[in-house]
Amino acid sequence: MLIYTLFAGILFGLYFSLVGLGLNLVFGVMRIVNLAHGDFLMLGAYLAFWLYTLSEINPVAVIPLAFALFVLIGLPLYYILVPRLLAAKDPEMLSIILFFGLSQVIEAVAGIVFGRSERSIPGGELGRALAGFVNLFPGANMESGPVEIFGQTFPAAWVVAGIASLLAVLCVYLYLYRTRLGALTRAVMADREEALSTGIDTHRVSAIAFAIGIALAAIGGVFAPFMLGSITPAMGVEATVTSFAVIVIGSLGNPLGTVLGGIIYGVSYMLMQSYLSSWANLLPYLLLIAILLVRPSGLLGRQVRLA
Amino acid sequence: MRKILSPRLLRDAALIIVPVIAIMAILPSFYSNHLLLFNFVVFLTLAQGVNILYGFTGYLPFGYVGFFGAGAYGFSIAVLHLKAPPLAALVAAGAAAGALGLLLAPLLRLSGAYFSIANLAASLAVLQIISNPNLEDITRGPYGISLSGVFSPTLAYAMALVILAATLLFVAYLRSSNFGLALQAIRENLFSASMAGIDVVRARMIAWLACALVAGFTGGVFAWYVSVFFPETVFGAEFSIFAIVFALFGGTSTLLGPVVGVVILYGVYNVIGVSAPQYFQLIYGFLIMALVLFLPNGLTSLLQRRGIDVP
Repeated sequence: MLIYTLFAGILFGLYFSLVGLGLNLVFGVMRIVNLAHGDFLMLGAYLAFWLYTLSEINPVAVIPLAFALFVLIGLPLYYILVPRLLAAKDPEMLSIILFFGLSQVIEAVAGIVFGRSERSIPGGELGRALAGFVNLFPGANMESGPVEIFGQTFPAAWVVAGIASLLAVLCVYLYLYRTRLGALTRAVMADREEALSTGIDTHRVSAIAFAIGIALAAIGGVFAPFMLGSITPAMGVEATVTSFAVIVIGSLGNPLGTVLGGIIYGVSYMLMQSYLSSWANLLPYLLLIAILLVRPSGLLGRQVRLA
Repeated sequence: MRKILSPRLLRDAALIIVPVIAIMAILPSFYSNHLLLFNFVVFLTLAQGVNILYGFTGYLPFGYVGFFGAGAYGFSIAVLHLKAPPLAALVAAGAAAGALGLLLAPLLRLSGAYFSIANLAASLAVLQIISNPNLEDITRGPYGISLSGVFSPTLAYAMALVILAATLLFVAYLRSSNFGLALQAIRENLFSASMAGIDVVRARMIAWLACALVAGFTGGVFAWYVSVFFPETVFGAEFSIFAIVFALFGGTSTLLGPVVGVVILYGVYNVIGVSAPQYFQLIYGFLIMALVLFLPNGLTSLLQRRGIDVP
């Protein structure tokens, strides 16, 4: 039971790090709070749902499509919203309100276009994708169905989501630490003004980070039907708060911190679900407040946040 | 030190406080939808509560509804378990919000967005605790509260006006006193203010508790007025959001701004909400975005730019 809980917690934790990763990137680079993060996740979930329902495209195949599509949405969105916002007196505070408005717009449009009823995708689809992938290797012969790890069986969907999340985090890490654009992004993260004064096109760098952040939320959304339950236009708010809990536990601007935050969150969530289930919903909020008060910079962060 | 009854305070009182209270006191005899008028009073008060904190200290209480809900439940528990008369239960409402304010005071150590997010999380945590089925004996858990024994809308409306008047007076006091200046100095630069001999922690604490009490008392009269409600009703995020958006739309650190914001936006809300509810959320979202992008300092900034001292 305990081992099962811990492993399930780690799988969920990896997924939660993917959910929080985009928000972390946007806040880290632009110092703005994307309260609509969860709504982009919701849009990603609907993309996966409709592609599956209309033409039986496997959700795993939707991932690159979702990424490309939402990068293309994110770039113009950045130029419409953010430069104006950054010019205001108190962008950090105003961003909360601005993106709350955006979140309302997205939720309303989704409600009008998709309807308010709950949707879901059969969980076996990700298992088929996993088995299909493993069977590409010579000699492998895997049935689609639950996956066995250390004598415990888990739904294949959890394992696929965990692996995909790990890969996504790895890609962001490589982008930030192994590419030139990533180095520029980290420079903007460290100090926007100084980055500008050394000739970095901060708006271009930020726009790309913003678009990647939104696209990561959409990828997280592709797995949402399997990990967060059925999808509705109103699911965004909860996803946003969860993302905040995850990135605050970890630390800002550091993808490894987000993974740590996600795993701590996932494991404690699973422990609460198993042993104290009626209070489990309280956990993200208490964890968030406790970490903010005890170690405001997050577990891997530097001192930045005290008033 | 300036006298408490400074000319500025008297001007604020004559131009805003007296007319607002008089209009809201007279309207029920001309307009029959009293619930709507009551909601206007509630939002006028909450928007000024946000104004106290955001307008004078720069902290944005994104979970402001936590105090409102705490007040509503403080009132209800006092009525249900202690059989308290409504006015005494209102004191309990204030006490509940004040206690929550003290409990959450450490959040003031956080800055900017961190404070707002932690405050939001705190309000959601309070909701989760109050609506937990394990606490059914005390809070009725998720099944809601019914206070039919003390139902008295006229008296509740009158008390709501008293609370609104007190809140407006406090904002006017902040605008005309050294204490209000001290708060604004802290908002602009913490260290300079501290060097000038301002007790930063104490000043912030007073503003924070005042802001909490305003919402707590308002929550108390809200519980009294509606008398039947669920945890999600009095902890609904729209209370925080509306209060913040109304205050910002009008313009903070003025008395007039939040009033104008409530009258225009809550008016629009009720018109669209009745005629085209399916597009309401969409229009409202766009309105909020347009506000931040084109008028980040609120409507009153249009007058202030011309050098007019907006009351």
